[in-house]
Amino acid sequence: MRILNIVETAYRATLEEQDDTVLWLSRALKNAGADLTVVLRGNAVNYAVRQSCPPLTFGRAAIKHPAQPNDDLAKLQAKGSKVYVIREDLAERGIAPARCVADAQPLGRAELVDLMETHDQVWHW
Amino acid sequence: MPDRTLTLALMDAPYEAAASTTAFRIIAAALAKDIAVNVFAYEGAVCLTQKDQAPHANPVKGTTVEQEEHPTTKDLVAGLMDPRLTWVNCGLCVDERGAGNWIDGVKRGGPPDFFKMAVESTTTLVIPTR
Repeated sequence: MRILNIVETAYRATLEEQDDTVLWLSRALKNAGADLTVVLRGNAVNYAVRQSCPPLTFGRAAIKHPAQPNDDLAKLQAKGSKVYVIREDLAERGIAPARCVADAQPLGRAELVDLMETHDQVWHW
Repeated sequence: MPDRTLTLALMDAPYEAAASTTAFRIIAAALAKDIAVNVFAYEGAVCLTQKDQAPHANPVKGTTVEQEEHPTTKDLVAGLMDPRLTWVNCGLCVDERGAGNWIDGVKRGGPPDFFKMAVESTTTLVIPTR
């Protein structure tokens, strides 16, 4: 079964969880044997922007291992999952594709339909 | 057993979104049509089944807890429990919320269980937080 995981809601609990919950789940599903593709759309396209994510301190409490979405995308790619980022959503946010990591391949909105057709299930998060 | 199965992934914590009510409606409707249902409760949704939930009086309306007769989400899930319903709480999500005291009929699991349920189902519906 081929699963297309579309991640749209971004930074959902990334501080509390120290992970994006769906990128984490995608890696867990991949480890369980899922044939999985990930598409970043909406605000989640920011995950594809080359970035550093430093530790964060609140008073005496620190989040020393914040979410590292670039690493998550790279590890998904390394496990054989393709990662796409919606080109128009990048453009709407003024993000040039050149600012994105190579692990996320730009994809047009119209092409997303074709990609859906090649998967058995589409899970929109 | 039914020849069709629906798997749902839920994320919303109790009382935060209408999506939880929609999910309960879908589960009830599926069971009424003799469709088996698997639920994978992820993140805040693991709290839907917490046994410690307690109804309260309503001081604004001036009603007692008995007059309110307000079922909490654990009561709603308990009301859906059926041999054809499998409810799995994400164990890691449970641990980080301290939400391990849940109603009868709920199982602890993880993403591999979700994947297995999805593979073995007719289809899967994801209802994420927004």
